[in-house]
Amino acid sequence: MSRIVVHGLEKSYGDARVLERVNVTAEAGEFLSLVGASGCGKSTFLRILLGQEQQSSGVVIVGDGPIVPEPTPQRGIVFQRYSVFPHLTAMQNLLLVEDFRSGGPFGRVFGARRRKARQEAEAMLARVGLAHARDLYPASLSGGMQQRLAIAQTLLGRPQILLLDEPFGALDPGIRVEMHDLLTELWTEHGMTVVMVTHDIGEAFKLGTRVLVFDKVRHDPQFPSAYGATITYDLRLDRKTRASSHHLAKVAAMVGTTRPETAMATTAS
Amino acid sequence: MLVKGMSARDEASETGGEGTTRPSRPRPKVRLRMINAKVSRGSALFLGGLPFLFVAIVYLIASAQRLAVNPSDKLLPSPAQMWSAFLDLATVPDRRSGDLILWVDTYASLLRLFAGVGVATFAALSLGIAIGFIPRVRAFLLPFVTVVCVIPPLALLPILFIALGLGETAKITLIAVGVAPVMVRDIANRVMELPSELVAKAQTLGGNSWTMVLRLVLPQVMPRLITCVRLALGPAWLFLIAAEAIASTEGLGYRIFLVRRYLSMDVILPYVAWITLLAVITDWLLVRLSQAMSPWAHPLEAR
Ligand SMILES: Nc1ncnc2c1ncn2[C@@H]1O[C@H](COP(=O)(O)OP(=O)(O)O)[C@@H](O)[C@H]1O
Ligand SMILES: [Mg+2]
Repeated sequence: MSRIVVHGLEKSYGDARVLERVNVTAEAGEFLSLVGASGCGKSTFLRILLGQEQQSSGVVIVGDGPIVPEPTPQRGIVFQRYSVFPHLTAMQNLLLVEDFRSGGPFGRVFGARRRKARQEAEAMLARVGLAHARDLYPASLSGGMQQRLAIAQTLLGRPQILLLDEPFGALDPGIRVEMHDLLTELWTEHGMTVVMVTHDIGEAFKLGTRVLVFDKVRHDPQFPSAYGATITYDLRLDRKTRASSHHLAKVAAMVGTTRPETAMATTAS
Repeated sequence: MLVKGMSARDEASETGGEGTTRPSRPRPKVRLRMINAKVSRGSALFLGGLPFLFVAIVYLIASAQRLAVNPSDKLLPSPAQMWSAFLDLATVPDRRSGDLILWVDTYASLLRLFAGVGVATFAALSLGIAIGFIPRVRAFLLPFVTVVCVIPPLALLPILFIALGLGETAKITLIAVGVAPVMVRDIANRVMELPSELVAKAQTLGGNSWTMVLRLVLPQVMPRLITCVRLALGPAWLFLIAAEAIASTEGLGYRIFLVRRYLSMDVILPYVAWITLLAVITDWLLVRLSQAMSPWAHPLEAR
């Protein structure tokens, strides 16, 4: 629903440069999969898009103007850990969205508005298959249920851009396939722009409309953190490229982690 | 070891197959490490009671010995003497004032204690959250609170008595000033430890600073606040008794120090036990309160 333009982005922590010369334009409704070696700055990039952190230099435009340097309802996020509020039950987690949106002095909505929020939350719980868990605290939900709840909560916030940081990284393979289906359905329904970080290349190919690889192109053996990572490969996926083991193997070689065969299996699932 | 035990059990069931009943399986004897050995509920109760029993027995023996030598000995009174002294204070009106002394003392002391700790709790909540959550307030107040934390509160007692007089205000202030700074710092730390993911997520859902305090920070620090209060009650009793010992006309601490002049151990010891009981009950109530207010933070007890 909103396009993202990143131009000449650079991010350093002190002397350590994490990202440099990052340029990318994502059209509204695209689904970007971000892959790259562990520690190369994918989460940092996502936190900048979220507004939780600011770039050291460069331009980030989200929607109609420069990014607001703090998290806003324009951009929703699903983290791998701490993805939902542990002090609220599943239902309360979803109701919280309307409470926050109202911004009232009690941080809570009442009367007709609350009833409406409750209906919406019930529907959303059912939509993600958590109707039976409405009164459970996140601690007693499985990892997959927690992530489903997190996605439901984020979608109730009606973001134009959905950011996902390894959302299924801690889940079992079977559950992961379920989550893929759910996410694809919800993305088709809501049509928001999605940026997802994943370490699973199969997942990246299966879900995304585009795969971006983050990697370092310059190395200084004396001072490894002198240069940051940038986008080294930008692949638009259509039906042909998605199924092509050639592209998948190429990306897998760049990232240097997942074995191509397992990734192929995930994409096919 | 486990394997050996199992094979022994198998043999036993084979040889015992004479037709009548299967012999009860001998449990494999496995010596666990000390740190893994479980304690059953019964033995936990027994073990926990032992130290109390030990102290009671030592006291009874010592007291009996002293009283056998000198029946009017005041140092280690017998349980009967203590009980009658305690009952007198609890049920017989004082000759001069007509008050039931124990209850007047208890009421006065608890009022001071809860007023002081209540003020400190309120300060911890409001200041602690402000310091922990709002960088500008943190820059403004954290250095000051950190310095105040290291002032020994009892050294302030004379200043409080001079500035506020010998009345209730000085005593309540001493308790509040004594326990608040540490509580403020602890709550501020807890707020700063909140996972940044949760704070970021709350903002993406439209939370503003105030609604996030209400719906995220407050519920998240509640269990810690109650723990803080539990820990603060120890020092609070100390400050209460110190203040009462110096300037008061009633109160548990006042009574103890008053009768000290007459070596009335038969009053002092029951009073100490009474204070201990009050402290234990308060602590238990606070644990219960925490479980009721934050069931999510006590998943094991809730079951
Ligand atoms: N707040 C921070 N301060 C200093 N260094 C950081 C900070 N956050 C991340 N880094 C560094 O930036 C690099 C990239 O981290 P991250 O974005 O989490 O990688 P990825 O998500 O790709 O695994 C890492 O080397 C990490 O040590
Ligand atoms: Mg990461």
